[in-house]
Amino acid sequence: MEIIKNMYELNIEIKKKLFPLKTQNKQGENLIFKNLNFTIKKGQFVSFFGPSGCGKTTLLNIISGLDKDFDGQISRYDKASDISYMFQTPRLFPWLTAIENIKYPIKENKNSEKIANYLLKKIGLEKYKNQYPNRLSGGMQRRVAMARAFAPNPNILLLDEPFISIDKKITNSLRKLLIQLWRKNKPIIIFVTHDLDEAIELADRIVFLSNLPSKILLDYKVNLARPRNQNSKNFISLKRLLSSSTRTIKAKKP
Amino acid sequence: MSNLLKNGLFRRLVSILLLLVIWGFVSKLVGDKVILPSPNDVLESIKYHISEDLFHHVYITLLRVFTAFFLAMIIGSAIGIVMGRKKKLDDYFDGWLILALNVPALVTIILCFIWFGLNEVAAVLAVAINKIPTVTVILREGTKAIDEKLVQVGKLYNKSRFEIIKNIIVPQLFPYFISAARSGLALIWKIVLVVELLGRSNGVGFKINEFFSMFDTTSILAYTLVFVLIIMSIEWFLVKPTEKRLTEWRL
Repeated sequence: MEIIKNMYELNIEIKKKLFPLKTQNKQGENLIFKNLNFTIKKGQFVSFFGPSGCGKTTLLNIISGLDKDFDGQISRYDKASDISYMFQTPRLFPWLTAIENIKYPIKENKNSEKIANYLLKKIGLEKYKNQYPNRLSGGMQRRVAMARAFAPNPNILLLDEPFISIDKKITNSLRKLLIQLWRKNKPIIIFVTHDLDEAIELADRIVFLSNLPSKILLDYKVNLARPRNQNSKNFISLKRLLSSSTRTIKAKKP
Repeated sequence: MSNLLKNGLFRRLVSILLLLVIWGFVSKLVGDKVILPSPNDVLESIKYHISEDLFHHVYITLLRVFTAFFLAMIIGSAIGIVMGRKKKLDDYFDGWLILALNVPALVTIILCFIWFGLNEVAAVLAVAINKIPTVTVILREGTKAIDEKLVQVGKLYNKSRFEIIKNIIVPQLFPYFISAARSGLALIWKIVLVVELLGRSNGVGFKINEFFSMFDTTSILAYTLVFVLIIMSIEWFLVKPTEKRLTEWRL
């Protein structure tokens, strides 16, 4: 038996994860993870950084419990702790209005209306309360998706490159909003990205993943004060340090 | 006048009036009631039949239409959803489905009467069997188009199976239900008339057969017109508003 030292600590132990491959009628299997182990402390903001196709989304699907087809186990301090997930695409229900979408994960009680309204205000879409997602712009849809992800007040929140392919200006405001919402109740955040700037700007800790089969190259604790400015001296030198050290690690490991 | 023509409803009204005028004109040209009675003749005939037993027969036919309709919708949707979800079953039964789609309505009707006798059950069953395959095909396509990614959202937040079906699957299938219902209603009432003509002693189809034996074109048109109007009202006042309310989220 393992002794769990920290409250809400999340333990991830993936012995093996295969992914079925179908190419030109040939069936094969791709080894995605082998012996990937790590733990996350309560309230920690962790970024997983790695090249496209290194299994970042698969990792989140495993942690969320949506993908159960792997060898190993995910253990949480509190089995009943709420998990929430902001997907790469907004995945809003098109037949529900903005407010109804935000309310969806909240367990029905007197406060659900209040919580949803609070989040709607935070994302600045009060005017669009009763609009359907089809009538919202891409950036607005992401904001609603972010509000929905925070709505159940999760202990663990997973984010899968949520700001990919949107306007830089909007991305910046969304990142600020994310930090703001995270600070309120401090869930564990696991944020997956292939943008190093984004990882450094947001995370307490950055885990660098390699190409397939994916391994942890480097597990780095970020000690920059928030809010972080991508043009500041410290930021730029840290970025240089991280890129060069991961490059040398990659070169050493065949 | 040109202002009025901009109104969509008014244009529709004009078009119906135009049809009546053309009908009246042609019937005058023909000058034979057996071939084409005038709108006025038909109106008189409707009045006469209403005072007789028109609504009794219309009521019986509508009852058959709705029983067959709901039977076909429920059974057809169930089979369609299962076939859409289970690839193996779809492979096994796809051939059967194509076969069923291509059996002529007349054949199923006659076979049902032979197998089950000239009774109400056989009549309704024959109609339903004709409609089930089309409902199945539409709902199978709808089920295949369900966005699994949205279903995952429900699973993530620990929603029950029932909640997922009710709140995530059914809303996605709704446009398909509507489309099946709409084409179903139009097809079913036509088949019901044939069934009545072949093996029932009441209903609109039976009456039309009776008028046919007397070459009473006016009465045939009277019954047809009343029935078509009823089916159209169902579409306008029931199907369309429901559709609008439940699919307003689409652009």
